[in-house]
Amino acid sequence: MAIFRITAAAALSLGLAAAAQADDVSIIVQSTTSTANSGLYDYLLPIYSGESGIEVHVVAVGTGQAIRNAENCDGDLLLVHAKPAEEKFVAAGYGTKRTDLMYNDFVIVGPEGDPAGVAGMTDAEAALEKIAASGALFASRGDDSGTHKKEVALWKAAGIDPTAASGDWYRETGSGMGATLNAGIGMGAYVLTDRATWISFGNKQDYAVEVQGDADLFNQYGVIPVNPEKCPSANIAAAQDFAGWLLSPEGQRTIAAYQVDGQQLFFPNAPGN
Amino acid sequence: MQNIAEAFGLALSLVLSGEADLYEIVGLSLRVSLSATLLASAIGLPVGALVAVSRFRGRGLVLVVMNALMGLPPVVVGLLVYLSLSRSGPLGFLGLLYTPGAMILAQTILIVPIVAALSRQVLEDLHAEYADQFRSLCLSPRQSIATLLWDGRYALLTVWLAGFGRAIAEVGAVIIVGGNIDHLTRVMTTAIALETSKGDLALALALGIVLLVLALGVNAAVQALRLTAARQAHA
Repeated sequence: MAIFRITAAAALSLGLAAAAQADDVSIIVQSTTSTANSGLYDYLLPIYSGESGIEVHVVAVGTGQAIRNAENCDGDLLLVHAKPAEEKFVAAGYGTKRTDLMYNDFVIVGPEGDPAGVAGMTDAEAALEKIAASGALFASRGDDSGTHKKEVALWKAAGIDPTAASGDWYRETGSGMGATLNAGIGMGAYVLTDRATWISFGNKQDYAVEVQGDADLFNQYGVIPVNPEKCPSANIAAAQDFAGWLLSPEGQRTIAAYQVDGQQLFFPNAPGN
Repeated sequence: MQNIAEAFGLALSLVLSGEADLYEIVGLSLRVSLSATLLASAIGLPVGALVAVSRFRGRGLVLVVMNALMGLPPVVVGLLVYLSLSRSGPLGFLGLLYTPGAMILAQTILIVPIVAALSRQVLEDLHAEYADQFRSLCLSPRQSIATLLWDGRYALLTVWLAGFGRAIAEVGAVIIVGGNIDHLTRVMTTAIALETSKGDLALALALGIVLLVLALGVNAAVQALRLTAARQAHA
């Protein structure tokens, strides 16, 4: 049996050595996926970490899951895009303060044939009404993410309950933005997506932006440090430092400077800048 | 289709370019899955051997449960480990969530039943051959188990490989408990999931090819080890 004890000890020490590595000054950001998938963090974090010496570890999940993970104290900072849910998070005492960080907008993308005839429309609700009336396919995130919450609000404003047609023309993928785009493009469905994910998405095929420019398609990102009273284990000093940098003139300039294919993806709008 | 052709070229250039990021991800994949397989063997082999040589009431039920647990869904294991290791969970004080340690733990839980159930079958068959000899030599159960494990070591290597194959290929558990954090907990399968969600299907497939070659390499190494050992045994 000795051999098993040795291998067990070896395996455990490998695991513990790995755990020890994570003990440098580091924070965990519970984040929406668009900021990660679009490459923003790959651009921002080396700049910030180089200046501050603080390692930022990003867990990119949907906004709904990011908020739940932060409520479980499994993160130090929340960076998401669903203002009502964020305000609820702070009101319930899980976060200290919510601050506007940056914005971009949502767009509805669709196939070249445009079966619902919505190309060029600037009224999102009217476009959704047209899609529903035409019976053209629509792929929804269906995962309680920030984009999904926005989509649900748009359907509500249009006075349509698409879930009645779930599985028919309304397809809820229950997955992330990229997976939903892959699925939607695969089946020829319209998809609501944030513009940052769309611009940096690599599998566009014959898809293009069909609907944009509605004030209702505004997409605000916010940043919230978790509340140390609820989560004593949180690395609150480092989380505050990172949030402060993001909201500072320098952080805001860095966000504005990030481009994909010559297009700016995120527009900083922190107060006081 | 052009994605598939592109992927093979991309996989080759990825490996040849010597990109540090790729080697880091490959290294972590191997470290996590090899550690989990070693740990799972340390737990699963003795359990499998014990059940193989023992006769007790309810043994049939134990066998059914052991075999059924081979089908544990990775995402369920991931959730259970997440809930345990979460700061608000019972083991949150360990601070293991979003570390390679958490990933090793999740994969270990996932493959202990595979190692236990398969080794039970292998050793039970072997035990049927040896039972009379064991009785005539008056071996204790402990000695019997040690003999079975040693004599069955080559067949058990295949069991070990089955466990490793499951660990290195799964994504559901490690993405929940590891968080797919760049330079910390990103492994091959979570990197593939990420590139797929970015719509970079060629790169995702290229990483998949690298993962397959990696699994092939581990299996070939084990096979070579087995052949060398067998040759020496007969020399």
